[in-house]
Amino acid sequence: MTSLATLEGVTKRYGRLNAIENVDLDLRAGETLALVGHNGAGKTTLVKLVLGLIAPSAGRIAVFGHNPASAGAAALRESLGFLPENVAFHGAMTGRELLGFYARLKRCGTAEVDGLLARVGLAEAAGRRVATFSKGMRQRLGLAQALLGAPDLLLLDEPTSGLDPASREAFYRTIDELRGEGATILISTHALAEIEHHADRIAVMHQGRLCALGSVGELRRKAALPVRLRFTVVPCSTGRLLERFGDGVEVISRSERLLEVGCEPEDKAALLRSLDDLWQVIEDVSLETPGLPAIYARLVEVEERT
Amino acid sequence: MRAAFVIAGLEVRIGLRNRWIAATTLLLAALALSLTLLGSAPTGTVGADPLAIVVVSLASLTIFLLPLIALLLSFDAVVGEQERGTLILLMAYPVARWEAVIGKFLGHTAILAIATVLGYGCAVAALLLRGGIAGGDWQAFAAMVATSVLLGAAFLALGTLASVLVRERATAAGIAVAVWLVFVLLYDTALLGLLVADQGRIVGPALLDALLLLNPADAYRLFNLTGSDSVSVYAGMAGPGESGLSPAVLLSALAAWVAVPLALAITFFSRRQL
Repeated sequence: MTSLATLEGVTKRYGRLNAIENVDLDLRAGETLALVGHNGAGKTTLVKLVLGLIAPSAGRIAVFGHNPASAGAAALRESLGFLPENVAFHGAMTGRELLGFYARLKRCGTAEVDGLLARVGLAEAAGRRVATFSKGMRQRLGLAQALLGAPDLLLLDEPTSGLDPASREAFYRTIDELRGEGATILISTHALAEIEHHADRIAVMHQGRLCALGSVGELRRKAALPVRLRFTVVPCSTGRLLERFGDGVEVISRSERLLEVGCEPEDKAALLRSLDDLWQVIEDVSLETPGLPAIYARLVEVEERT
Repeated sequence: MRAAFVIAGLEVRIGLRNRWIAATTLLLAALALSLTLLGSAPTGTVGADPLAIVVVSLASLTIFLLPLIALLLSFDAVVGEQERGTLILLMAYPVARWEAVIGKFLGHTAILAIATVLGYGCAVAALLLRGGIAGGDWQAFAAMVATSVLLGAAFLALGTLASVLVRERATAAGIAVAVWLVFVLLYDTALLGLLVADQGRIVGPALLDALLLLNPADAYRLFNLTGSDSVSVYAGMAGPGESGLSPAVLLSALAAWVAVPLALAITFFSRRQL
């Protein structure tokens, strides 16, 4: 698989602060990689490094095989789309004028401007000054400019921060469409629960270090978090269940009718099978695999202990 | 270079949209008109060339006003975009650092040129309507307008440099005001004081010439007030023993005042971590 962007041992220092520390990362063609972490984890710094807006203090970066911070790298950015965190525009211009300006800068012609405005739902507001736009509309205009010229690589920095739920949903719909078209996308975010289903791989950043990288399933295994099983049973039969489970489970909570246990993910099928005739005392069961927020919290916890 | 023109184009459109161009043109036209209409009163009909008088009055107006307008336009160029958050997006486009600086500068120069030509054009049009400037020194007038834009460009370059050097708009604004005060108001006074105190012991004609070239406003003044015979008579600058600075030297000095700050701005901006 070809890599569109590669970081090798990249460190970025601001004074004595390490914004990024020894990060190795590659962005493969066609994948959606989510960069997750707290504010200040180094996500934006990493995006800026890929864009060549800043140069690394140590290490090597290649975007489409070239150093993005070199003098002649401006041409590389013709194939990049970028949506900055808190995107801002000249308020005096209209949406259509601004998109036309950016299209000319990107040398992709202004033919696709109206189509893009329609795609992000701004067709009707296209002739209005951007100063009158709401935050959500500005963000959508930001997405439209990032999509100009069908870029090979899209860099989206906190694209959903400050958006209402409906706008977020519309945004992820667009992302999924782009994924379907084979775009390569790097999204930095701290909206963990949202990104889980829209990314192929997750890169977990903490205090400038990359502490885990992989699919959600791989991270779940690495985090080794128990699966939670919650049973509602006829009164006073929780003991019978626990007896059957034996040592393989950890009791999380227990009351007269409710039993919540945690077990290793690979044990859960065997555990449920072992219930056998006990199913008749069970009125309801629910199973909860840990989501990205829990996985992230555990990985960061492990990282901080080491 | 293409990106620089695209950026310059947006700057001009913004200038039209937020009425910068309209306001500046009106201001220049109003002041130029009042200078030409009132300023021609004392000459009466004694045969003085009214156009030459216009050149002298407008040149004096330019020295005070155009540097100020230029600095107001340009101090915001980079630092303002950075504070608004539009700079990072611009530089994520296929735009080289020098193209961004040159583009901003060209756009501002175009705004200034439009305002100057239209504003001063109004004054001359008014004179034409009243008649009596048929045989005037049009070459001197054209040179005055052109060098006014050049002087403006020099201060645009200085403002752009200030804008690149600092991290906050307020600092850039402070530097812009200081640049204006020093070059337009204080420099000549200080130079005069120096000459009086020195009594010609150290500061000879050559050193004085050099000191005059070190201020774009002085280079502009000398060029326009001594450049043509018909004008220098009214400027009170005629006669023997004049400055040894030829128009070509003065023009080169003005051009250098454009090129050097701009080159410095590009150098600093290219090294900048955004």
